[in-house]
Amino acid sequence: MTQLNSQHLRSYPKNPKQVYLFGTCLVDSFFPDSGMDAITLLEQQGIEVLYPQGQSCCGQPAYNSGYQDEAKAVALAQVKQFPLDIPIVVISGSCGGMMRHHYLDLLDDMPEIGTFCDRIFEFTEFLIHALRLKLSDKGKPERVALHTSCAARREMGVHITGDQLLSQLDNVELITHDYESECCGFGGTFSVKHGDISAEMVADKTKHLLNADVVQYVSADHGCMMNIDGALDYQKQPLRGEHIASYLLRRTQANKANK
Amino acid sequence: MADTTIHIKEQESKYAKSARAFRDNVTRDLANEELRSNFRGAMDYLMDKRKAAFCEQDELETLRTQCKLIKQRCLAKLPYLLEQLEENLIQNGIKVHWAETTTQANEIIAQLIATKNGKTVVKGKSMVSEETALNDYLEERDIECLESDMGEYIVQLAKEHPSHIIMPAIHQNKQQVAKLFADNIEGFSYSTDVDTLIGQGRAILRDKFCHADVGLSGVNFAVAETGTLCLVENEGNGRMCTTVPDLHIAITGIEKVVEFLADVPPLLSLLTRSATGQAISTYFNMITSPRKKGEKDGPKEVHLVLLDNGRSQAFADEELRQTLQCIRCGACMNHCPVYTRIGGHAYGTVYPGPIGKIISPHMLGLEATSNLPTASSLCGACGEVCPVKIPIPKILLRLRKESVKPKSEHPLVMKGQGAGRNNVEALVWKVWALVHKSPFIYNLSMWSLTRFRFLMPKKLGPWTSVRIAPTPAAKTLHEKLKTRKSQHKLKRG
Repeated sequence: MTQLNSQHLRSYPKNPKQVYLFGTCLVDSFFPDSGMDAITLLEQQGIEVLYPQGQSCCGQPAYNSGYQDEAKAVALAQVKQFPLDIPIVVISGSCGGMMRHHYLDLLDDMPEIGTFCDRIFEFTEFLIHALRLKLSDKGKPERVALHTSCAARREMGVHITGDQLLSQLDNVELITHDYESECCGFGGTFSVKHGDISAEMVADKTKHLLNADVVQYVSADHGCMMNIDGALDYQKQPLRGEHIASYLLRRTQANKANK
Repeated sequence: MADTTIHIKEQESKYAKSARAFRDNVTRDLANEELRSNFRGAMDYLMDKRKAAFCEQDELETLRTQCKLIKQRCLAKLPYLLEQLEENLIQNGIKVHWAETTTQANEIIAQLIATKNGKTVVKGKSMVSEETALNDYLEERDIECLESDMGEYIVQLAKEHPSHIIMPAIHQNKQQVAKLFADNIEGFSYSTDVDTLIGQGRAILRDKFCHADVGLSGVNFAVAETGTLCLVENEGNGRMCTTVPDLHIAITGIEKVVEFLADVPPLLSLLTRSATGQAISTYFNMITSPRKKGEKDGPKEVHLVLLDNGRSQAFADEELRQTLQCIRCGACMNHCPVYTRIGGHAYGTVYPGPIGKIISPHMLGLEATSNLPTASSLCGACGEVCPVKIPIPKILLRLRKESVKPKSEHPLVMKGQGAGRNNVEALVWKVWALVHKSPFIYNLSMWSLTRFRFLMPKKLGPWTSVRIAPTPAAKTLHEKLKTRKSQHKLKRG
């Protein structure tokens, strides 16, 4: 609830014309189509999207492992890639939380870090609060679930915006799965260092998603999806996740909506 | 030099030993379906109870902020408040003892019992006495120590330790308790009726209360301004322990001191609602003095033992000091997805769950605990429900940092700094940083990763024991965008 309050106090840019996209390292090398779809969706709203080619990773893997010097070096390299005073849209709540909140501590010796962090927006909150996006659903009726990452939910306080976007799609029935707010068990290096605990957490998450009886689930975080989809694949279940950018784009394009 | 080497080797082995013990415990308890179901059921129940107790979100938020500020104010003046507390307790006729270590605390208590030739002690619930392993210490000296909180009684009968700081026997279901009673209590015939079980326990305890030489209890809040010891409980056993025997010994950690009596109501309201969803506990005891002249009951002597046991190490660091804000409600463990799955015993520490992960390293050193801060997905559920807003995930990150710091790096903040440092991992992160801070090396690496994606291993350690490994894309997002319109290239305005 702290997060919610702070979100209410947050100001959003009015009628932005230009934004940066922070694509995240995972999207870059594993799920680039989600990045492309996010750009298309933003461009459809008349936004010019700049993608600095020098960006790499927010630094979270090292930061969460306790290697803060290494994380700091990488974080600093990212900050330099986004010099214009325009919003930076991050297509992951987890990386967004890192850049919006943890950079304040990690780069506390940088006087301008506060203004950098203020420019960080998670993708779904940006669509809802800055663009006031209105969607028109072109797809057929279907049931989907939404998985919100813990960082999106608790650090960025944006678990409502994903819901708000999907609720605009007339033919989409958003199904709440059991233990929706519980972690999927990814947690970066946690899933390797404590693989057995992580395995039980993802086993439960997949069970609850399967029980929801949906055609697919949607999420704004590829980290969680890599974890959940990897487990579903291992269990030979057909259920999969899709980045919310791709899902929204597909549902609103007449020719692609029913694919 | 030789000494240092031996010392380091010992430290490493202590770390390896504790890490292995934790892994073994986790493996054991994850495989125990009954235990898993006991925890899941109980945590779901407690989460629902808490939720129902805070129907007004804004009120909860205001109260959490208020209580965080109360605890922070009290901690900021901790040394002064402890002195004030001692002064006022003495004035009220309560004697005060200071213990830096758990052994000192146990020695003080044993000596106090010896002055009365005490042979039997009844105990109200006290996690600090678990911390000092007081029961074992006294039993070795032929002093009978009986737990009188029903959960603690069950745990003691089963020769176990509490698995939860509020609900010590939450790992057992009623069938298990029924069997435990039938096996251990003479004349008790197996019954799973909860009232019968509790009735049986109470009958035994009632007799012990009447004849015990000493009553021992914990303290929830020690009020400096008035010299008052506050005790929160639901069973009345706390009141029995602190009023019936002639000698009452209270033991608590130094962080439990609050400045004003007026600080207590908001803290109490948050404590009981966060812990069990109760608006207030069934009993709330405020102990201000031993039996006064002309009074017919109450203990003739009251003593307070104040324990440090690593708390001053946390106190010395501004960020880690927040650990001491804890009012021991247990909400963090009730909401923790890791605790819910592995249960309280797997941690191998007196305090389990998220709060255990951040307080135990100060008590036991990082050598014995540095695997605990890593056993979290940093989901933040603990921080979200903490009534005094301890940023638990952030403190976990800090402990991870202290754990992998080079052993010699100054300033030394914690016992066992660097215990979790591993040269291979340190090198991996160095290389990782090198790659990710240089766009040229990064793009080259990602280009190679995507071009040679068929070389990606299918087995990735524990990851692929329950998951299929992901496959890199054919082209990176960087590449895809290079060939698009120039607007995607960075423009400097």
